[in-house]
Amino acid sequence: MIGFISKVFAILGKDLTAEIRSREILSGMFIFALLVILIFNFAFELQRGELASLAAGVLWVTFAFAGVLGLNRSFVLEKDRGSLEGLLLSPVDRGAIYLAKMLGNLIFILVTEAILVPLFAFVSNLALPLLPLLPVLLLGSLGFSAVGTVFAAMATSTRTREIMLPILLFPVVVPVVIAAVKATEVVFGGRDLSSVADWLRILIAFDVIFTVVSFLTFEYVISE
Amino acid sequence: MAERGNRGVEVLGGLSLLSLAGALAAIFLYAPTERVMGIVQKIFYFHVPSAWLAYLAFFIVFVSSILYLAERARGFSISLLIRLFPPARASLRSWVKARPWDRLALSAAEIGVLFATLVLITGPLWARPVWGIWWTWDARLTTTLILWFIYVAYLVLRANIDDRERRARFSAVLGIIGFLDVPLVHFSVEWWRTTHPGPTVINPAGPSLPPEMLQTLMLSILAFTLLFFYMLLHRLRLERMRDEVEELKTALEVSGTA
Repeated sequence: MIGFISKVFAILGKDLTAEIRSREILSGMFIFALLVILIFNFAFELQRGELASLAAGVLWVTFAFAGVLGLNRSFVLEKDRGSLEGLLLSPVDRGAIYLAKMLGNLIFILVTEAILVPLFAFVSNLALPLLPLLPVLLLGSLGFSAVGTVFAAMATSTRTREIMLPILLFPVVVPVVIAAVKATEVVFGGRDLSSVADWLRILIAFDVIFTVVSFLTFEYVISE
Repeated sequence: MAERGNRGVEVLGGLSLLSLAGALAAIFLYAPTERVMGIVQKIFYFHVPSAWLAYLAFFIVFVSSILYLAERARGFSISLLIRLFPPARASLRSWVKARPWDRLALSAAEIGVLFATLVLITGPLWARPVWGIWWTWDARLTTTLILWFIYVAYLVLRANIDDRERRARFSAVLGIIGFLDVPLVHFSVEWWRTTHPGPTVINPAGPSLPPEMLQTLMLSILAFTLLFFYMLLHRLRLERMRDEVEELKTALEVSGTA
């Protein structure tokens, strides 16, 4: 068990070190996310009117798009540089590889959100209810990267690669998007988390089911 | 052997033809015309069976995806235990044994997408005169649409992988994840909004339909289900033949190079 956990962290550490040195995934996700928000700003005139309800949707659409970008890179790098074969040859449980990759993707998404959300609140003069917002961001991003990691591993081995991932991922994460947007909307409206308990329950159910299923099926997705 | 299989399929085909004719007669001659909606309501007898079969088909995809992966895992671990064959040959053998499940998953997914498409076409045709709109983001409509997207993605995924063994593995994983997603999609969309007519057949207070309509619906469901299995068997046979052709081609190539 301890061996398993240390292997997870070893792989995760490798991914984080690579990212800290190259910064290509995070910088790409972040600039892309800023551009999406900029376009939304022109499309909806975010300064006026029903900002609280629009803001939640804008933020989660942005996270979803930026997340797909990051997920795609996470396995393209492994494949193109041949490090996936190295991982598969090493005596590591496939589940450990899954957890490490999933946590890495989750961290990338969370870091992007951590910069983006305050920035968005600042630019659009929105009060930032940080404490109730945290669990929503965490649960939503976890669900997204739980299935996203499996689908990204699959998409990288298909002929169309990057195009395949959103086609696989977006229909399946619809519950996450709906629940996260609704919960974020309520939180931005100034109410506390108890009024969004149902949505949090859907997020938790999604996270638990798909982390377990992805953990169990991941070996079929990466074995060659 | 092929002959005997064929006869069973033909009998099923004849039965589904007969029951479809019976259902059509019942729909237009026996069942009363609904007082408010008029003749448009008859689309209900096509809409509901299609929806049922789409869900049945996706359930078949789910089960055969699990069985496919389980059969592979079993074959692989047994042969590893014996250690008689090199791993490459062992995994090839387990793949051949598991392959019928992959064929079933593919066949059911294709027919399921067909029926889900029929649901999405017949729904708006009914909704336009009754609700006054073609489409609304109601819980059941949205759930069906998202299901349709998931299984279209399933077919797109298969079309984008050349290696047959990998195609089977990947699509099995999607077949499992996609179906487990159905209740979550349903609940989240339902809490989001709903206007679809409530359940008319399975209802705690008993069916809310007049008996003639209910009988017609049941006959129509039976006919569509027979048709579904007839199509499924044909689709399976086609896929089996395709696999045989592939095997013959490989055998020819091997003997050609030797």
